[in-house]
Amino acid sequence: MPLTEPQDKPGNAAGHAEETEHVLSVRGVTVGFGSKVILDNLDLDVRRGEVLGFVGGSGTGKSVLMRAILGLVSKRAGKISVFGQDLATATPKERKGVERRWGVLFQQGALFSALTVKQNIQLPMREYLNLSPRLMDELATLKLELVGLPQDAAGKLPSELSGGMIKRASLARALALDPDLVFLDEPTSGLDPIGAAAFDSLIANLSSTLGLTVYMVTHDLDSLHSICDRIAVLGKKRVLAIGTLDDMMKNDDPWIKSYFRGERALRRA
Amino acid sequence: MAFLEKNVAPELHLLADGDGGQRLTLTGDWTINTIAEAEKAIGKLKVRGARLTCIDLSGVEHLDTSGAWLIHRTRGQLEFEGQKVGFQGISPVRETLFHEIERHHPPAWKPESGGSSVLDFLEQTGRVVVDAWYDALAMLHILGSLGLVVSTVLLHPRRLRGISVAVQFDRSCIGAVPIVALMSFLIGAIISQQGGFYLKQFGADIFVVDLAGILVLREIGVILTAIMVAGRSGSAFTAELGAMRMQEEVDALSVIGLSVTEVLVLPRILALMIALPILTFISDMAALFGSGLVTWAYLDIPPAAFLTQLQAAITTETLVVGIVKAPFMALIIGLIACVEGLKVEGSSESLGRHTTMSVVKAIFLVIVVDGFFAMFFAAIGV
Repeated sequence: MPLTEPQDKPGNAAGHAEETEHVLSVRGVTVGFGSKVILDNLDLDVRRGEVLGFVGGSGTGKSVLMRAILGLVSKRAGKISVFGQDLATATPKERKGVERRWGVLFQQGALFSALTVKQNIQLPMREYLNLSPRLMDELATLKLELVGLPQDAAGKLPSELSGGMIKRASLARALALDPDLVFLDEPTSGLDPIGAAAFDSLIANLSSTLGLTVYMVTHDLDSLHSICDRIAVLGKKRVLAIGTLDDMMKNDDPWIKSYFRGERALRRA
Repeated sequence: MAFLEKNVAPELHLLADGDGGQRLTLTGDWTINTIAEAEKAIGKLKVRGARLTCIDLSGVEHLDTSGAWLIHRTRGQLEFEGQKVGFQGISPVRETLFHEIERHHPPAWKPESGGSSVLDFLEQTGRVVVDAWYDALAMLHILGSLGLVVSTVLLHPRRLRGISVAVQFDRSCIGAVPIVALMSFLIGAIISQQGGFYLKQFGADIFVVDLAGILVLREIGVILTAIMVAGRSGSAFTAELGAMRMQEEVDALSVIGLSVTEVLVLPRILALMIALPILTFISDMAALFGSGLVTWAYLDIPPAAFLTQLQAAITTETLVVGIVKAPFMALIIGLIACVEGLKVEGSSESLGRHTTMSVVKAIFLVIVVDGFFAMFFAAIGV
């Protein structure tokens, strides 16, 4: 069950029987607060091993959808299955099993402020596994370096880190248990272009070596261009379009048109 | 598809190879879920004397970064022992994974040392002393800037934030009246009940009125109120200022060009210095009321007799001696609360620690200062 090499990464294994397997499937999900409906009858599928970029205007509910999938916001209707497990009907044990196989990078990092970076990374390991202290330290340092942080960041508290380092440390924590699926909420926002590019290549690298499925909310056109296998656009309370970048470029919806073929998008070409 | 499938236990075997050597064959899952077992199995591995030719990975079902790291580490150890080992049966994807792992070199692991407990104790003591010194400096610093702000406010009364002071007064005084009155009522009643119980044995039960009157007005009223206020408002000040520090609000204030002392500290301390004498007076009255009720019920001293005896026992001076201490207590509580609040760093744990410290230090200093006042009043003969 754990994550493995992508023997069947979609795209390079066309026609493979397992290609249709969905790590995450959202069916008819409706979410609202009070009288305001944010998401209405929304469908979404994330294939195994892909990097899905999720875009949408500010306030269209990208983060709400992510929080609904994670179970942090309750939904009014619909079904969300992760790893084939319906989260609404899962027993606590099954849910725990799902939770330890996903990793989440929150927009603000959400590192535990009272713990050092190393303790933050080790927290999921301590909770779920019984590892020797030596191995735990080594794995924490490994994850730290994997996300491009220097080793001496291990002993620092989150308040002593810069914004970019917090993002990286938080990603290291999300990767602590070698998850199969990671949710990234605007991972490159607030990073300098070089840092953002490094982050992109890191995610691409992890996805190809570990077969990681990535669900990434982002506004970074460069990320969308360079690492996303597919792009989903949220608008009008549902998924407006989903497909490759080329599909998006051909789409005639006004918002999608101005997003992918607008002044900013074309300037970078 | 490996999704909800069971883990296969990781195993490793030494198998004889063709030319007298041995190959290390790994099977099963080498992932984070099975890594603890794998590490134990590797710990039991004995290759002394044997000549290893390679590590065979073709039997490994699943591999992730943790498993790859463990295999990499084991290979490193074997090579350090003089074995020459390469990987065999490794797919290109796994090779990339190992390449990724090989670029990282965690430092040699050493367990966190406990150190000598005596040294630790001395070190801690030293740190506490130094911290106490810095605390004193920080308090003087705030006191100094408070003096500066007060002098500006005296020259330009419009700089005083009246609304802010009023809001703080509402929270720290009016909100505290019920609990302070209730506690004081109970304490006054208990003092009379206990005192009366003993004095009755000497037939001197009427003097319980003197006892309660002087004790409550001079000491208990103000100390009790100060401790309650330290716990109630002092902790609130620290938490408020601390949370503002964590959110960089304090920095935002000083960047806009406002003085933190003027905007945040002065209104709080001023409100507290007005509130505490009032609360002390309320506390005095509540305690005497409780005392009066108990003497009436337990010792059959009617309210009229209680009041007559009380008038003989206490003077205005007795009341003033208690209440005059209140503003100083308020200043100490407010200063400590603000100093601790402004010392909060980024973490939630630091906020909790400083809030605790604020209350503990405030209560301690309130009692110490009360002792100094007692010496002072004794010296001037009040």
